[in-house]
Amino acid sequence: MAIIIDENTNVLVMGITGRQASFHTKQMLAYGTKIVAGCTPGKGGQVVEGVPVYNTVREACENHRIDASVIFVPAPGTKDAALENLEAGVKVVVIVTEGVPVYDEIDIVAYARRKGAYVLGPNTFGIVSGGKCKMGIPPNQYFVEGDVGVVARSGTLTYEIVGNLTANGLGQSTVVGMGGDRAVGLTFVDVLKMFEKDDQTKAVVLIGEIGGNNEEIASEYIKEMTKPVVAFIAGKSAPPGKRMGHAGAIIERGKGTYQGKVEALTAAGAKVAPLPFQVPALIKEALGRE
Amino acid sequence: MKMFEYMGKELFAKYGIPTPKGRMAKTPEEAEKIAAEIGGPCVVKSQVLSGKRGKAGGIKFPNTPEEAKKAAEEVLSMTIQGLPVECVLVEEKLKIDKELYMSITIDGSAKQAVMIASAYGGMEIEAQPEEYIIKKHIDPELGMHPFFARDVVRRMGVGLRTPHGKEMVNIIQTLYKICKEKDAELVEINPLVFSDDRVIAADSKVTIDEDALFRMKDLPFVEDKSPAERAAADLGLSFVELDGDIAVMANGAGITMGTLDTLQAFGGTPRNFLDCGGGTGREATAKALDILLGLEPKGLFINIFGGITRCDDVANAFKDVYEARGGFPVPVVIRLVGTNQDAGREILKSIGVEAFDFMQDAAKRIIELVK
Repeated sequence: MAIIIDENTNVLVMGITGRQASFHTKQMLAYGTKIVAGCTPGKGGQVVEGVPVYNTVREACENHRIDASVIFVPAPGTKDAALENLEAGVKVVVIVTEGVPVYDEIDIVAYARRKGAYVLGPNTFGIVSGGKCKMGIPPNQYFVEGDVGVVARSGTLTYEIVGNLTANGLGQSTVVGMGGDRAVGLTFVDVLKMFEKDDQTKAVVLIGEIGGNNEEIASEYIKEMTKPVVAFIAGKSAPPGKRMGHAGAIIERGKGTYQGKVEALTAAGAKVAPLPFQVPALIKEALGRE
Repeated sequence: MKMFEYMGKELFAKYGIPTPKGRMAKTPEEAEKIAAEIGGPCVVKSQVLSGKRGKAGGIKFPNTPEEAKKAAEEVLSMTIQGLPVECVLVEEKLKIDKELYMSITIDGSAKQAVMIASAYGGMEIEAQPEEYIIKKHIDPELGMHPFFARDVVRRMGVGLRTPHGKEMVNIIQTLYKICKEKDAELVEINPLVFSDDRVIAADSKVTIDEDALFRMKDLPFVEDKSPAERAAADLGLSFVELDGDIAVMANGAGITMGTLDTLQAFGGTPRNFLDCGGGTGREATAKALDILLGLEPKGLFINIFGGITRCDDVANAFKDVYEARGGFPVPVVIRLVGTNQDAGREILKSIGVEAFDFMQDAAKRIIELVK
């Protein structure tokens, strides 16, 4: 098992004819992802990397079973693309696009909730089911099958930590990118609950950052979990009032500080790694492995 | 993008939220003229994108046009928290019967906009005890309705049939309209003032979502970044100046923060935050390196874990800058792994630079080199 996606997931790539999307379609196929369709309005009938392109998501759904979509369209068109997929009944929508206006994000997330669908992102690297399926943009070679679940707000920091896990012989069940923006579809608690239930997952790595109170809320749930959680929180050295790249990564009015998050997580029984490369040792310790 | 107080008030006035009589002035003479038009005691407020203007002496209360001129002269020569005052707002001095608070902002945890209100305004909302603060989320699918506003006003303890209550019901609905139509991530009125029968927005704080500026062409532009931050923003990169001595470039917000944290943990001090992620190409990466060298750091640390960023693009950009400048003026350490890693390392090797595999080793090395 794994969470959200697996080797049987049929994937649609939204905006597949674009430069980034076609490059990553090739990478996803190389990873083993079952991409069955692409969609770019006005480019129906083309074929990209062997994948048929349709004009609308509805048209793609008439020809294939679509379980999940990954969206690569520019920010001004992202809301429309996401709603199109949700309206067509797609249950997992991964939005890679950065720079989506926050009120568009709020509308996407609200509609997804009504449709009972999962939205990852906006501004996510995607999701990887270790060795089975990848949706999004992470480099393939670092993501291998195993029993560590990973949930994160940030992309490259996740590659860094997953790279360290893999180098230490720790594969992953599922690696979930929630997205770095303020109004994203999932919360840490949503994903932690799935990992807690997932048979394949034996321990969880939570990769957070300053800003907001997602990590603090997660701490309340971690108290109830039976599986060990190891966390890393980025932004210890960040000054207050400055937005550190992600729209959500800002200490505002004394809230969302590194210290506050570490205290909450530690009190909940999670182990917090001071630096990214120290995560694997803490996971091994928690699982009683050499 | 933060807006100046006077811009926020102009926006409020356009939407029908009552604001004090008066307007913005760039010279003491203009301020004098506006004060004469108002005819009576005034307030002259410095226009800078920072709080604590009152404490810094940036708000004055002249009684005559002559005094207003003198007050404006003083305020226009001030620098408040490092920001020069370039204009003032000259307004009628309000008779204040009561000060209240209202704002709408984004609650990322709830993934909704949230109305925050208090019957006690005038000070920072964070300084208020929790029981004085009213929070009510706005369901995006339902939108704003009169009943929502009435409930907030009721909870603020203001009678719905009073002139104040009726006006506040309008103001609340209008604030949300501004948020939606102008993509404002924050609209704040602090204080909202009762002055006899009037309800007036005595201050304004409006922040527009930077990601929505592409569809907000009719708003005035406000520069709220340093020159280096602006240069990076024009390249589509996030950049924050810090006060250390090692310039940093990494790809991705999280890993850039992680890089700064790692440097600091080993005793180094970062000069900046620069996220050149998201598929930044060779040319923009080279320009970003120029921005970093322009900061005159003692060393340069590049930490790339390529996903959508390609290592060969970064290596080529590095080589371009290296060749254009005939080498680097300060020690440089590069950690380079991920997409197209081998191609990137070949390029670096051609100019005699070895890349590191691990961030922690690279971080230690640059700290040694700048010592």
